[in-house]
Amino acid sequence: MGIPTVFITALPTIAQMVGANRIVRGVAITHPTGDPSLAAGDELALRVRILDRAIDMLTADVAPRTVWEIDG
Amino acid sequence: MDRGAGMTVVHYLNQFFAGLGGEEAADHEPVRLDGPQGPGKALEAAGLHVDTTVACGDDRFALNEGDCLATLLGWIERADPDVVVCGPSFGSGRYGYACGVLARELGRRGTPVVAAMTPDSPGVLANEGAAYIVPTTANVAGMRDAVPLIASLASRLAAGAPVGTAEEEGYLPRGLRVNVRSAHRGADRAVDLVLAKLAGDVRTEIAPPTDRVSPPDPLADPAAALVALVTEAGCVPQGNPDRLPTRHANVWLRYPIADRLELAPEDYVSVHAGFDTTAANRDPDRLVPLDAARALVAAGRIGRIHDEFFTTTGVDTPVAVSTRMGQEIGAELRNAGIDAVILTGT
Repeated sequence: MGIPTVFITALPTIAQMVGANRIVRGVAITHPTGDPSLAAGDELALRVRILDRAIDMLTADVAPRTVWEIDG
Repeated sequence: MDRGAGMTVVHYLNQFFAGLGGEEAADHEPVRLDGPQGPGKALEAAGLHVDTTVACGDDRFALNEGDCLATLLGWIERADPDVVVCGPSFGSGRYGYACGVLARELGRRGTPVVAAMTPDSPGVLANEGAAYIVPTTANVAGMRDAVPLIASLASRLAAGAPVGTAEEEGYLPRGLRVNVRSAHRGADRAVDLVLAKLAGDVRTEIAPPTDRVSPPDPLADPAAALVALVTEAGCVPQGNPDRLPTRHANVWLRYPIADRLELAPEDYVSVHAGFDTTAANRDPDRLVPLDAARALVAAGRIGRIHDEFFTTTGVDTPVAVSTRMGQEIGAELRNAGIDAVILTGT
């Protein structure tokens, strides 16, 4: 009955420990949905890819506390 | 051994175990009976003398919880028991719920109480850790194993004698932490745990609090979905107008983004005290990915982005506070008709 939620975090083990179910591993603790080492256009493309992956996970049946990588 | 000597024991049963009837008697009003009934006789055999039995129909309790509780608690209070036993209710849902609720209310009033049921009974959740619950099998065949444990716990509670941990005693964990003095210092215990873990025996002295929620059903049609952005990364408008705490936050905030294509660094800032915000504050989309979310809307991948994003700082935040904030934000999202949430954490 809940609202499907995807948690993007660089600390998936902690997310699992507290019971998050749909987890996408973020880039880094300090910038889960970005990468300052990339050129601006590439970074936006990465961010779109992360969110695309997150949407995929929202539409997937998952076991409790599942972690997906950005490129899976 | 007469462990029941001098103790006053009250026993709660449903209509079936009290001998009032089966499903046709499930609407039976609360009753008070002298002495042991049904399983109470097994408690007697285990040394626990039942003075008074109180019982109620399963449906009656479920549909009139307040009235039934008041009646039962009134009788129990007047009996002034040293201990109360609820059940065993085994795998019965309504009976288990009644046992769990009654035991919770007694536990909170300081009345020693033991219930017994399957670990997945709704009564365990309803009990909220307020009472000792002895795990049983789903059917009545487990009576023989459950009764000695119930009697042992109940007689010690009645006598004010010490009760060990859930692991030692075999009752269901109550979510309580108790200070104990150990003969071994922490470093020794930590090394012991590491060595045990290397040998494949994973143990902990303090189980982390967990809140197990089943994964909600997947999103059926993302292209039509209203998606909300939520973060614990401490993102707020520049100047932090509502003074979101940088740590120990016990509030969450929301800010309009309907007219925003991105979280521009001149407009937004992270005040989170738990990580180096330098990179994030050069582009707050690295924390709240609004620009990419807009791109997915433009591409028809998702329907719409909710007009507000929700934010707090998740640093030094007790789990209980996080849980409360999550429930509050969840209720807001529910009211807003949100179909899915993208949550970012640092």
